[in-house]
Amino acid sequence: MSHDHDHDNDLDRMAARVRALETILVRKGLVDPRAIDAIVETYETRVGPRNGARVVAKAWTDPAYADWLKRDATGAIASLGYTGRQGEHMQAVFNSRDTHNLVVCTLCSCYPWSVLGLPPVWYKAPPYRSRAVIDPRGVLEEFGLTLPGDRKIRVWDSTAELRYLVVPMRPAGSEGWDEERLAGLVTRDSMIGTGLALEPAP
Amino acid sequence: MNGPQDLGGQMGFGPVAPEQDEPYFHAEWEKRALGVTLCAGAMGAWTIDESRHMRESLHPADYYASSYYEIWIKALERLLVRHEFLTDEELGRGEVLSPAATPKRVLKAENVAAVLAKGGPCDRPVDAAPRFRAGDKVRTKNFHPAGHTRLPRYARGRLGVVEAVRAGFVFPDTNAHGGGEQPQHVYTVVFDAGEIWGEGADATLTVSIDAWESYLEPA
Repeated sequence: MSHDHDHDNDLDRMAARVRALETILVRKGLVDPRAIDAIVETYETRVGPRNGARVVAKAWTDPAYADWLKRDATGAIASLGYTGRQGEHMQAVFNSRDTHNLVVCTLCSCYPWSVLGLPPVWYKAPPYRSRAVIDPRGVLEEFGLTLPGDRKIRVWDSTAELRYLVVPMRPAGSEGWDEERLAGLVTRDSMIGTGLALEPAP
Repeated sequence: MNGPQDLGGQMGFGPVAPEQDEPYFHAEWEKRALGVTLCAGAMGAWTIDESRHMRESLHPADYYASSYYEIWIKALERLLVRHEFLTDEELGRGEVLSPAATPKRVLKAENVAAVLAKGGPCDRPVDAAPRFRAGDKVRTKNFHPAGHTRLPRYARGRLGVVEAVRAGFVFPDTNAHGGGEQPQHVYTVVFDAGEIWGEGADATLTVSIDAWESYLEPA
């Protein structure tokens, strides 16, 4: 990758700008810098796609839980301890042989933080937000995913406060696996709809 | 508003370019940007809808040239000035020159876990019965408000079907502008791609939005 000095200068400018802003707010007593540390630590270590993977793995192994997740995703997800910011109102959508689900927020960056953590850069950037609703197959190809031509695609644009979690199909060859092992097959992208669950290694 | 944020169906931004093993943050300042944005929001001076509107009110050239954390910071500075927590002069000089407005609260480190785990639910009771039921045909309104709205341009004036009736939710179009929460029922409305994109649309594609009741008319 070429070294882009303008870009580096922009990043340096942003580093200085954010540092100045934080300094003023701290001096005015409006922001506790240790609260910033705690927020960062939460999303670096505790709230991430492993949460969602556990939800999916449980749904794969426990039909009663899958049914609850379908009817009341907020409650079913909260029962595993995953609640809170940008997960207050959850809806789970289940992939099938008929339909593949894909989630986007064309208007900003709405994303189910409580189960997936912070969104990746591409999810918040114009290429994905502009094209997911008009050319989802083209977008999926860029993730290396080619769906059968007759597979229906349902795109969920997160325009209100509902946050969507895709439940991918359980891959063949994972029969008899326990939840923890299954969760290892559930990638972040498979819960956005830009990927599938991993195939078990032969 | 028909601002730079309303991206559905726009063209020319190039491929998505997903990054392998993407880190949570690409620079130290992004961590501070996340934290300072959440801490400032926790002061309770503005709503999430007002903050979204401030972000989409950036000049389009600035919006498209900025990463998402840059958009957050640029909008946050404007919100802090609007609500008199700091001044442009303080931002320019990087020092404290005047007292700030009094926040409703300051988020302390020991409260972070509880505040994040609680979040900010925005479902609200609505007295009126829902106007639409699952299966109803509806047409979205064709409007172009100068203020905040959550009905994307690609989905305006389109024929769709109500798939689910949701709870009442705070209405962003008023709540972003100091007009109060004015909650309405929200509906998941599904459109065939052909209704939205016309000729050449993917026949296997349907797209849904979550629409507040006043965005919809019977069809």
